[in-house]
Amino acid sequence: MNDVHNEKGTNKSLSLFFKSSFIVSAVIILISSILLYFTFTFDIVPPILNRGIQPATFPKALLILIIALTLLTYFISLKNPWKNEKKLPNSFYITLLSFVVFITVSKFLDFFLGIALLSIIVSYFWGERRVAYLIMVSIIFPLIVFVFFETILGLRFPPGIITNLYYG
Amino acid sequence: MENLGLIFAPLFSYKLLIVLFFGTIFGLVLGVLPGLGPTTGGALILPFTMTLDPLSAIVLLTAIYCAGTYGGAITAILINTPGTPAAAATCLDGYPLAQKGEAGRALGMATVSSVIGGIASVVVLIFFAPLLANLAYEFGQPEYFALAIFGLTMLASIGEGSPIKNLIAGAFGILISTVGKDFMTSIDRFTFGINELTEGIGFIPVVVGLFAISEMLTQSTLINQIFNRVALKAVKLPSIDDYKKTWKTIIRSSGIGSFIGVLPAEGGTVASLIGYAEAKRWSKKPEDFGKGSIEGIAGAEAANNAATGGAMVPTLALGIPGSATTAVILTGLIIHGVRPGPDLFREQPEFLYGIFGSMLIANILFFVLGFFGAKIFARITLVPNKLLWPMIFAVSVCGTYSLNQSIIDVWLMLLFGVIGFFMRRYGFSVVPVIIGLILGELVEGTLRQSLVIFDGNWLMFLQRPIALTFFVLSLIALSFPLIKRKKKNDKV
Repeated sequence: MNDVHNEKGTNKSLSLFFKSSFIVSAVIILISSILLYFTFTFDIVPPILNRGIQPATFPKALLILIIALTLLTYFISLKNPWKNEKKLPNSFYITLLSFVVFITVSKFLDFFLGIALLSIIVSYFWGERRVAYLIMVSIIFPLIVFVFFETILGLRFPPGIITNLYYG
Repeated sequence: MENLGLIFAPLFSYKLLIVLFFGTIFGLVLGVLPGLGPTTGGALILPFTMTLDPLSAIVLLTAIYCAGTYGGAITAILINTPGTPAAAATCLDGYPLAQKGEAGRALGMATVSSVIGGIASVVVLIFFAPLLANLAYEFGQPEYFALAIFGLTMLASIGEGSPIKNLIAGAFGILISTVGKDFMTSIDRFTFGINELTEGIGFIPVVVGLFAISEMLTQSTLINQIFNRVALKAVKLPSIDDYKKTWKTIIRSSGIGSFIGVLPAEGGTVASLIGYAEAKRWSKKPEDFGKGSIEGIAGAEAANNAATGGAMVPTLALGIPGSATTAVILTGLIIHGVRPGPDLFREQPEFLYGIFGSMLIANILFFVLGFFGAKIFARITLVPNKLLWPMIFAVSVCGTYSLNQSIIDVWLMLLFGVIGFFMRRYGFSVVPVIIGLILGELVEGTLRQSLVIFDGNWLMFLQRPIALTFFVLSLIALSFPLIKRKKKNDKV
């Protein structure tokens, strides 16, 4: 469980705009508004093919509902402030960065190389320093997973510099 | 009722017994590991079930569900960290009792009450699901639409956290289901020119992302956390005195859990909290609660396991998931070509009663494995997160990739992992997203078909008695948190 502090106590000096409830509500409303804009670009079906409502109507209604409920949540938060979460540690940002490394490497080099790199980054920065364990988690385990999926499920993984060696 | 004999069929199938055995062990391991649990585990195992026949696949998932729900109690009692959210109430008395040197007694009571709650709920499932399925014959498109709305509002009002945030999350889940080609007109929606999105966003990337990857990010913020582990010598069966103290609590909590499980919401967690609160309310020694009360453990554990069978009732009878884990089981049914609902009861009784029988056996199996193996399962928590989570990541990535052999699915999984992390951080439950995603197509499809039937007249919904009943119940469900808050304010 994360330790939490009451926002009332710790954020007195912060302006309204830096409160988590404001930022979260603003992000949700912004994304919803952009998506709402896109619903106006959906094709319109001629009345003869239209089944009840236009394809854009349902997503539009959902997005308006999300915006309305988010505004309601925000106004409620003015009376009952949200809990203020602790600052995120570096290990979180490194883990997030390892996802970017995985996406980049799996896209341009190799899927399993991406998994191996992510595993070694996460394991190392979460505190593992023993080389044998780092090898186990980044090479041996992904290899077992690869063999399992390849042989038992008959899965073909995307081509890459390492998987191509296996597939020939 | 003539099909009751089919319940025993799994006992005579060595293949099903093997699947049950491994499913129970896997469920216990998942339940013991904080952050995993039957929902994430079920989602991770889904791709592997494609190698099994439909019955074995669903039996595997239900065994994971039953055993995983119980497994959470082991960590709740020994390290004061619930292995699953449903075991949170078990910590309140389980850990204090373990600290007094009675970890074996606490685990013994948790095991026995879990099994009784689990078996009671399967009995409810066996008798109640066919009745509900029969009722569903009366349902047309408008009734299914109203039922789905009722399910979502119930989830919002009695689920964990803020009802409004739950509604936002549910609406977000439904919105995800609208991505791709519109199933009625084939118009692209939210595809942004990406071909892979025309088929829509699959269930697996979302559920693995929201549960497994977001949990990995959560664990990355807790790497310096230290658990205080209580030593366990052996699990002890409850004494006669313990049974005398708890039998009423176990029966009451089994009823509460089964009832709450049937309601479409995150059953186990809510059931255990209510089961615990009711145990305290009826107890002769309420002052002992929080200090190691054996009744507290029995109340919470009987209730959360009783919710498993209850949650399977709407899942099998109506195709409406009763919890996040049953949403995974429902997906398993769908990808194996089994469509839940009244027709399933009429056309494939051997399949359904095979599931019922397997759930009964799974409860007995986790009793035996939990009783004799709790000490070994507790050792699994010794695997450090710095090794465990990279391995879970590798399985998550390969499992997500395997269903459609699509790298976009893997990226979506990571995206939903990040979304899930921030949702949880700011108090939005991820469970309504899953239920919304599952119900999305049903909600939109039945709404549009109803409007075709009604010639666009929305008021016609109110002329259908069953649909009207569900709408009224939805309104009651939505106003329930407001009434509760007003009462609380009045008291203050």
